[in-house]
Amino acid sequence: MAAPLARTAGPPAGRRTPDRRVPGGPGAATRAARGRRRAAAVLITPFFALFAVVMIAPIGYALWMSLFQERSSGLGFGGTRRVFAGLGNYTAALSDAGFRASFAHIALYCALYIPVMTGGSLALALLVDSALARAKRFFQLALFLPHAIPGLIASIIWIYLYTPGLSPVLDGIQAAGGSWDFYAGDHVLLSLVNLSAWQWTGYNMVIFYAALQAVPREVIEAAVVDGAGALRTAIQIKVPMIASAVVMTVLFTCVGAIQIFTEPKLLNQRGAPSIDTAWSPTLFIWKAGFVQHDYGLAAAASLLLAALGIALSFLVTRLGNRWKAAA
Amino acid sequence: MTTLTHPTDAPAHGSATEGDGATATGRRRAPGSGLLSKAVVNGILAVAACYTLLPVSWLLIAATKNHRDLFATSGFALGDMNLLANLRHLFTFDDGIFLRWLGNSVLYSVVGSALSSLICVATGYAFDKYDFRGKEKLFGLVLGGVLVPSTVIQLPMYLLATKAGVVNTYWALLLPALVNPFGVYLARVFSEGYVPNEVLEAARVDGAGELGAFARIGLPMLAPGFMTIFLFSFTASWNNFFGALVMLNDDHLYPVNLGLFMWNSVTQQQPEYYALVITGSLVAVLPLIAAFVCLQRFWRSGLTAGAVK
Repeated sequence: MAAPLARTAGPPAGRRTPDRRVPGGPGAATRAARGRRRAAAVLITPFFALFAVVMIAPIGYALWMSLFQERSSGLGFGGTRRVFAGLGNYTAALSDAGFRASFAHIALYCALYIPVMTGGSLALALLVDSALARAKRFFQLALFLPHAIPGLIASIIWIYLYTPGLSPVLDGIQAAGGSWDFYAGDHVLLSLVNLSAWQWTGYNMVIFYAALQAVPREVIEAAVVDGAGALRTAIQIKVPMIASAVVMTVLFTCVGAIQIFTEPKLLNQRGAPSIDTAWSPTLFIWKAGFVQHDYGLAAAASLLLAALGIALSFLVTRLGNRWKAAA
Repeated sequence: MTTLTHPTDAPAHGSATEGDGATATGRRRAPGSGLLSKAVVNGILAVAACYTLLPVSWLLIAATKNHRDLFATSGFALGDMNLLANLRHLFTFDDGIFLRWLGNSVLYSVVGSALSSLICVATGYAFDKYDFRGKEKLFGLVLGGVLVPSTVIQLPMYLLATKAGVVNTYWALLLPALVNPFGVYLARVFSEGYVPNEVLEAARVDGAGELGAFARIGLPMLAPGFMTIFLFSFTASWNNFFGALVMLNDDHLYPVNLGLFMWNSVTQQQPEYYALVITGSLVAVLPLIAAFVCLQRFWRSGLTAGAVK
């Protein structure tokens, strides 16, 4: 009943002033506002419904599970029962030598991988951006190509390239009179860094190159006029101007590194002696949950890892902002 | 001014300066810039391109070899041409299960990502174009979702899925693939850039409903953004090996990734599986490479929007 009434009063005003900041007929304005609210609700509901199911519910469930432990009851008859453990699983995870070692592994991996990969992509981006580079599109595409290859298949390819008998790399090394074991205790970390660098250097190079394209050309020309050579322009002008992109990349790389699973899983399967079944935090969680069925411990470890991921993101953005402010 | 209007002039301009420096004026050059001759720059880039391309070419060559040549000939040398036989073996092995895996991957990745991108675009558009209570708080929740490492929720998701009875079904991989918080963030950025508010106002004046305006005006204008988000979620779900490993037991539901992983895990005991894994990897990778080459401008714009902010 109200709607036709509003319509007869509304249209002239509503048609001229559809924006509700300019008051038309009050009926038309509220109707439009209600229409917008309804549209917004319809458009965001699917996402948030699914978000609740696959994001919030699992996190809530992990929080709940992390508070309980399985205890074998009585004399070992009748299986196990769940008992409230408070923060017991968290202290168990934090004092677990395997869990702590997994973070040490990732720290060492990052200490090698991040400088190599970030430095490599930055250098390549500067080279592609430099006036001297030819065939820029081809190089960008060629360097980005590994990103089109799923991590699992990239790992399989490289693991075969590390396998004696299959590997042309090892054939080459032997032909030159050398020898190398990609799986040996102290080499395997390098093999892993190489595998990750192969997958991500080009991807980040494209990001850095896009950022370099946004550097105002006048700034660079001014530097050239002042007599700065190509190398100095690159290091003193271009790099500081894309610092925020570099920081973002380091952030994403760290968050990715603490989740690393596929690559160490496959290296472990190949029998690399120093990559054990709980080498990375995710492998530890996998083992605790799916091999030992200690869901409380696995949930606590998952949440600790998530907390670290989120904290890392905050820390690196904060640092990045300060760096940008100082530059 | 000329260099501003013709950015492609930059190379010529640059190399001219380099040339001058070496010959006529001999003016102050930064130490080390002599290292950056055209040959050196392009040489380094060529070496880097070899590094990224050679493993893939090895895969291509290895897929043409029979089992004996795979181990007997050197990696980049051609053996007997055996590609067709390898392909036939791949697609007939175990009643053609590989084809089924490819189909599953398409379902998880193509269908899942198309739906997911549509959901993202609708949500991002609503965040950009409408004001509603708690909007920025909800958006903060989305950004929080970007920060949560995806592998971390896999175990509780598995346990919840067990209770709901969806573990080891298509839904176990499809449902999580539908949620892409980063896509919502991108969609909001794209909506700000691609859909002018004036156009929507004009549509409202013409009497279009809000949802009609989204479907007929907003969505077509966001098509490039949709493609970018699609590519992002496609890569993520095609790469999602951990999720598949956790959720699926039935090999008829495997995506290609998990199937290849299972084959690869027996290669050391049964080396004849090597040919299957190598040929299978090649077949799984070629369409992706083709897609990335054809859809360059979309992933480029996604990287720029996502990272250079």
